[in-house]
Amino acid sequence: MVAALENGSVIDHIPTDKLFTIVQLLDLEKFKEEVVIANNLESQVMGRKGLIKISGKFFSEAEISKLAVVCPNIRLTVIKDYKVAEKREVTLPEELTNIVKCANPVCITNNEPMKTVFYRKDSDTLKCRYCGKEQNLKDIKLK
Amino acid sequence: MLFVLTSNLTLFRQSYNVIFPSLTKIMHNASFFYIFFCTFVRFLSTFWLSFLFQYGYVNHIEVAYEKTTIRKLKKIQNRIDIQELKVSFAIMGNRSIVSIADYGKEKIQYLLDMATEFEAHPNRQLLKGKVVATLFFEPSTRTRLSFETAANRLGARVIGFTDPKATSSSKGETLKDTIKMVSNYADVIVMRHSLEGAALYASEVTDVPIINAGDGSNLHPSQTMLDLYSIYKTQGTLENLNIYMVGDLKYGRTVHSLLMSMRRYNPTFHFIAPKELEMPEEYKLYCQQMGIRYVEQQDFTEDTIADADILYMTRVQRERFTDLMEYERVKDAYILKADMLGKCKENMKILHPLPRVNEIEYDVDDSKHAYYFEQAQNGLYAREALICDVLGITLEDIKNDKTIIG
Repeated sequence: MVAALENGSVIDHIPTDKLFTIVQLLDLEKFKEEVVIANNLESQVMGRKGLIKISGKFFSEAEISKLAVVCPNIRLTVIKDYKVAEKREVTLPEELTNIVKCANPVCITNNEPMKTVFYRKDSDTLKCRYCGKEQNLKDIKLK
Repeated sequence: MLFVLTSNLTLFRQSYNVIFPSLTKIMHNASFFYIFFCTFVRFLSTFWLSFLFQYGYVNHIEVAYEKTTIRKLKKIQNRIDIQELKVSFAIMGNRSIVSIADYGKEKIQYLLDMATEFEAHPNRQLLKGKVVATLFFEPSTRTRLSFETAANRLGARVIGFTDPKATSSSKGETLKDTIKMVSNYADVIVMRHSLEGAALYASEVTDVPIINAGDGSNLHPSQTMLDLYSIYKTQGTLENLNIYMVGDLKYGRTVHSLLMSMRRYNPTFHFIAPKELEMPEEYKLYCQQMGIRYVEQQDFTEDTIADADILYMTRVQRERFTDLMEYERVKDAYILKADMLGKCKENMKILHPLPRVNEIEYDVDDSKHAYYFEQAQNGLYAREALICDVLGITLEDIKNDKTIIG
């Protein structure tokens, strides 16, 4: 479909309804290099899927954590010199620092210039370190 | 075999003296013990710990480390999930009391013993030369007076504010800056704040120990401590008690904290509340997970409370109701009257976090079961214990104290 990447990242296995959330999250609108965004591709594993190829972009751990919060279980491939340098399933880390915003309006993190910290309770619940409120992944707002 | 993990000897000595008063006992009983020094905690991998445990090498691990390291270790403990493996953690460095929910039986008993010592001799010069700051970002007369009295009776001097409007917070200063500033002046900071998690955050930005005197509707450990002390003192034990909680169980922070801190003592709870104010689902779920027995009921009569050891009353607040008709209907249903005490047990005591409005009639005050004013007095001893504990003053020090006045 498109020329192979020389250097960059491929995000695969994106649920079709999450594709544009991720495009927004990564701020790809302003990205200057080659970007390929594809949706509703056939997938043996998940029926239909989305995919993003970004040339010249390597994600930091913080960015990967953000991706994991928005949609867990996507696959990230890092390409260097036309070769797959790294392939990983992005999973929700046990601790998220300054990624998620607490939904509790009277939580200290929403009233002080400070970093938020969340712990993973189970695969779809996060718990705020400060106020202790638990929140479901699908209701999460990013910071 | 006992395993002690620590990064240096000073920490070990501190933990030995302060946090684990029972360590000497364990050491005598253990056939071996190791003091293990390791700076790289990653070395303490899941595999490594569970291996030692499975082959019976270790049955008790004591850990003395700095705060961040402890957090990492706790995660490992969760992952291993071996119930029999007893791991005690001591957070060294900053000895703040933000929550007592994680305190084990030993630590609770240690603080209760401290409070008992202070009850025998409340007036001392133990904290002579120390400065205690009471920062009340949210007004609370009762708690503040109790903490300030505790500090004064131990010979400390008190600084602080009672009204945030008169402080720099109203000028837009952040909590962090205020805490940093006060840390330069005080040896311990007692703080009350309207935002949840404020005390934990404060404890992270300073090395001066913080005592949480209530953060929003989140935690209020000194209240829980005085409730536990009151129960312990009147019943002689915390084990196997029938605890009846009455009134507002939905918003009542004190009942939730008490419920959680009693979990290790095999209690039976009775939740007596109107439908609107019943115990929240999450706490009932908590009881089920912890194997705590509980009964829910809406009737509050002489017969329903006959079996109680502790009757914990709370106020049904008008502002909690969306339907005022409903409030009018239930407001009188949860009032304790003297004639309801006819069938109750001899040892039964009535507790109330105060202030009371009308939920306990005044004629109950003369009953031998009424204990709420003494309970408030116990707050003084419990708070004396908490202040000393964060300053590293041990039970041993208090027993050998030569500064007792009168």
